[in-house]
Amino acid sequence: MTFATIGGRRGALWLRRIAASLGTMGVTFLGLLLVTFLIGRVVPVDPVLSVVGDRATQAQYDAAYRALGLDRPLIEQFWIWLTKVFQGDFGTSNLTTRPIADDIARVFPATLELATVSIVIGTALGIPMGVWAAVRQGKLVDQIVRIVGLVGYSAPVFWLGLMGLLLFYFKLDLISGPGRVDISYEYDFTPRTGLYLIDTAMQGAWGAFGNVFSHIILPASLLGYLSLAYISRMTRSFMLAELGQEYVTTARVKGVPEWRIIWVQALRNAAVPLVTVVALSYANLLEGSVLTETVFAWPGLGQYLTNSLQNADMNAVLGGTLVIGVIFVGLNMLSDLLYTLLDARTRDRQ
Amino acid sequence: MTMTRDWLLSERPASRRQARIGQIYRTWLAFRGNGLALFGACIVLALVVVAILAPWLAPHDPLIGDLNHTRLLPPLTEGYWLGTDEQGRDILSRLLHGARITLAVVALVAVIATPVGLLVGTTAGYFGGWVDTVLMRITDIVLAFPKLILALAFVAALGPGIENAIIAISITAWPPYARLARAETLTIRNSDFIAATKLQGASSARIIWKHVVPLCLSSVIVRVTLDMAGIILTAAGLGFLGLGAQPPQPEWGAMIAGGRNFLVDYWWVATMPGLAIFTVSLGFNLLGDGLRDVLDPRGRK
Repeated sequence: MTFATIGGRRGALWLRRIAASLGTMGVTFLGLLLVTFLIGRVVPVDPVLSVVGDRATQAQYDAAYRALGLDRPLIEQFWIWLTKVFQGDFGTSNLTTRPIADDIARVFPATLELATVSIVIGTALGIPMGVWAAVRQGKLVDQIVRIVGLVGYSAPVFWLGLMGLLLFYFKLDLISGPGRVDISYEYDFTPRTGLYLIDTAMQGAWGAFGNVFSHIILPASLLGYLSLAYISRMTRSFMLAELGQEYVTTARVKGVPEWRIIWVQALRNAAVPLVTVVALSYANLLEGSVLTETVFAWPGLGQYLTNSLQNADMNAVLGGTLVIGVIFVGLNMLSDLLYTLLDARTRDRQ
Repeated sequence: MTMTRDWLLSERPASRRQARIGQIYRTWLAFRGNGLALFGACIVLALVVVAILAPWLAPHDPLIGDLNHTRLLPPLTEGYWLGTDEQGRDILSRLLHGARITLAVVALVAVIATPVGLLVGTTAGYFGGWVDTVLMRITDIVLAFPKLILALAFVAALGPGIENAIIAISITAWPPYARLARAETLTIRNSDFIAATKLQGASSARIIWKHVVPLCLSSVIVRVTLDMAGIILTAAGLGFLGLGAQPPQPEWGAMIAGGRNFLVDYWWVATMPGLAIFTVSLGFNLLGDGLRDVLDPRGRK
């Protein structure tokens, strides 16, 4: 009886909290849309001219002006644009002449695959490095991990990419160069998910799999290095906090092996905030991917965005910016939510 | 010497000036103990010196090269120690002049974004209520975009060029300072000394400007220093994409983009400016790290 009441009250609290965060999310998304719309309005490019051409008569120009809805008040234009965006209509790209939503859906898997492999590399190396640095705080290992992280923070990723290509592709010939897959392998498999590593593996095209892997390994390692810098630093500080706790002393007194204290007991508690760190790094990879994709001719969202930028294809730029913004906000909120779900202390508070 | 030292470290300063100078000296003593931070400070200082003295330090013209005789010379050639680019321009001279652009970007972004962040954050924190809600919502919305992506979109709208790149980076840079300043303001808003000032009839603007802002300043300065590296990388990224400084300006990111076409046979054209970016941004990171340890003990983990 009492148990059920507590459960019920907690449930209501939960609902209220979820409703509140949904409200915040709604306002943020609306803000994202408004900012994107306003950026589109300050463009010095005349959107009418790109439709009618510069030899149109005044009457043609006026007709197109009205057809684009530019004679209406700004707030009404925003509303029209908003309803279209909610229907998945970002307009048409001047560059590819296809709907921008289709373009983005086509290039997105490439970015997703790159970001996922990167975060796997960054997490798999970053967490052990951070733990190791925390255990040997102030020692040589700690200093090395710190410097490795600082270098990751300081080096321009596009330059690292060029240097990596120069060394591993042009000089040593260890990996494949720019692009996702060589043309000779491109017809060995059908891209179903758009994630080439999964597509090739599922269709048993192992030659193509190897080729795809040799293409993705360098850009993914570089992006992984960027997230490693952040993840290892955060892991170190979380682990230091855990290792100073009393339960660690208790476990030591009871004679629990040191490796078990570090890697099982302390790390399990540090894992809660780490989940949010990893989610945040995943979101930050979107940013890193813009420059990396340009260097590696990787046909993803980042390259689509820079291509559109360089060709003054404003609709496509705004569509890409909006999609990245929405994913970024979504991942941020997901990390908050995961934190609340995983940490019993934040859950029972209030 | 010991006299000065005793005066500086005195437990009972005789004047406000002595107390203040003593405080600075103590901070310096703590900072000096951190070798890496000192190294970072040296790099940043070197950047400033090089930027000021670039025209006298540079052995050659940064914009016009000798197309007939000095095209794509390798590094360690006499007179052209870092080599030359495809237009026969001395890379060292270009890097030295490029330091001016980098310093200008960093300084202008700091000068534009820091006051905006401070103003928004302290106002929101001091007044609270709907002012706080509205200002912080706006802050969160700008923060919701990845920085580089938002800067890209702004530059696309404003048109390429170094001035627009600086504006775009400033627009994306202020929100964290606003949040920080707000958090600091919230902790001091209800202090007795603020209430006392209010009773004496000080206006809100005066309280914020004279009493709240100075207390927020040290943590914001640390944050700005830590962000400098990111600002340099963003500016270089914009330059690399052709949206920042335009050729023939010797901006480091744009120089990497130029050298990209000759990467295989003439590696130094793209490598040297990258090393320059890396060194300067490492310097700012080390300096910011050290400053955080000294000025902001709460942030130490």
